[in-house]
Amino acid sequence: MIELENVAYSYGGGELLSDISVKLAPGSFHFLTGPSGAGKTTLLKLCYGALLPTSGRVQVFDRDVRSLERDAVARMRRRVGVVHQDVQFLDHLPVSDNVALPLTVSGRQAEAANGDLTELMAWVGLTERADAMPPELSGGERQRAALARAVIMSPDVVLADEPTGNVDWEMSQRLLTLLVELNKMGKTVLIATHDLSLIRAAKAQVQARVLRISNRRVQLAGADL
Amino acid sequence: MKISPKTLRGLIAGDRYADRVVPPTGFTAQLTVFVSGAMAFLAVFALALSLASGRLADRWGDELARTATIRIVAPEDQRAIQTTAALQVLTTTPGIAAARALTDEEQQALLAPWFGQDLPLNTLPVPRLIEIEATEQGFDATGLRLRLAAEVPGAVLDDHGRWRAPLVSAANRLRLLGWTVALLIIGAVAAMVTLAANAALAANAQVIAVLRLVGATDSYIANAFVRRFTLRALIGSAVGAVIGAIAVLLMPSGGDTPGFLTGLGFSGAGWLVPLLLPLVCGAVALIATAYAASRALRTLT
Repeated sequence: MIELENVAYSYGGGELLSDISVKLAPGSFHFLTGPSGAGKTTLLKLCYGALLPTSGRVQVFDRDVRSLERDAVARMRRRVGVVHQDVQFLDHLPVSDNVALPLTVSGRQAEAANGDLTELMAWVGLTERADAMPPELSGGERQRAALARAVIMSPDVVLADEPTGNVDWEMSQRLLTLLVELNKMGKTVLIATHDLSLIRAAKAQVQARVLRISNRRVQLAGADL
Repeated sequence: MKISPKTLRGLIAGDRYADRVVPPTGFTAQLTVFVSGAMAFLAVFALALSLASGRLADRWGDELARTATIRIVAPEDQRAIQTTAALQVLTTTPGIAAARALTDEEQQALLAPWFGQDLPLNTLPVPRLIEIEATEQGFDATGLRLRLAAEVPGAVLDDHGRWRAPLVSAANRLRLLGWTVALLIIGAVAAMVTLAANAALAANAQVIAVLRLVGATDSYIANAFVRRFTLRALIGSAVGAVIGAIAVLLMPSGGDTPGFLTGLGFSGAGWLVPLLLPLVCGAVALIATAYAASRALRTLT
């Protein structure tokens, strides 16, 4: 699905990540952890082409990200659902339109009209809030709306950056359950988080691998977590 | 963004979902419409001036080139003989369609505006005038002058070129100025739309980033803006051009006397110009916005 080969990335002064090789196999469930500022978000951005590696190779769906044209990047993003740390919506459109936005921009608006959207809104528990405007949502509601938007195109991969960052424990459990359900439906999932208790909770539900960033490198964490 | 027949069709048909993804803008949108309208109004006048002076230049160049005058300046007793001689010369000159001497009454009428009605013409040494009308091919003025000098010593040929040439060149210059002004106005529309589009793109940076993240292609995002600005420029300039055309139509007519001011207006196919103006403004807005959008989008991943 997504493959990083000897990837390095630097923001100008000094390397943030170096010599990283990660392979996300179809249907796998990965956590990405590490201290704040270690480069979790950067690594995720490398995975969906928002950043290009300074050296090394990133392959998404067997295609080198560097060789993709802008329209090809757009089409690739329709197959990768991303939940951002600071979720942004179109604030002038109601939540349901925002969730259906990926369908709208890819010319599949008609599909939002059938039951899928309603079902998805119910799945993330936002049926009541469908007509609300994004600024009116609470932190947890925003995260769930973002998750719904990320999966409406039925992507092959779901990338989530601190999806439980600003929600309480109970809500983070709900979000985790949703992500585990997605994984059981065959989606590849990668969650960046610094919340170790979330990882422990997940291990009870799913076969999850934990990647840890330390010293600019990614290591597969042992069972000691 | 590439402009292909497909994108043009999309622009005309519109996509009501795509229109919604960019938040509506009230005041600045009206400004774009207003400025396009004002520019189109001005352009109509510049073009009317240009076309009118063009017509004037053509008429003067064309009609007056085919007339000339001969003055017979001779003592009283020789004038009639020399007039006959000159007319004789003219009948044998190739390229001359008609020639006739003006009568005393006609000459009096010509002089009346300067000397008053009761001018005793016969007491003044007024030269006799012969009016010449040339054929389409025209005549050889130098050759005619030489022949007249040999046969009619008192004849002076005036082919009107001396006073016609500066007027024709002035009218031509005015036509050029009119077109330059119209081009400048269209350039100003392009600049205004580019500025407005840049402002809109900057104001909607978050919207664009979100769209890009959920997999919108550049042309999808650009179209949402291009369509808006093209329509605004089209509507604004259509209104401006119509008002301008009506104003030109209502200009008081100067009757038959051709002049720069009284002749201002469109005639015949010239009326296509104010009709085409909104289309030109719309096309200019389309290109300007597409260019601005593609430049803004290139900075995004």
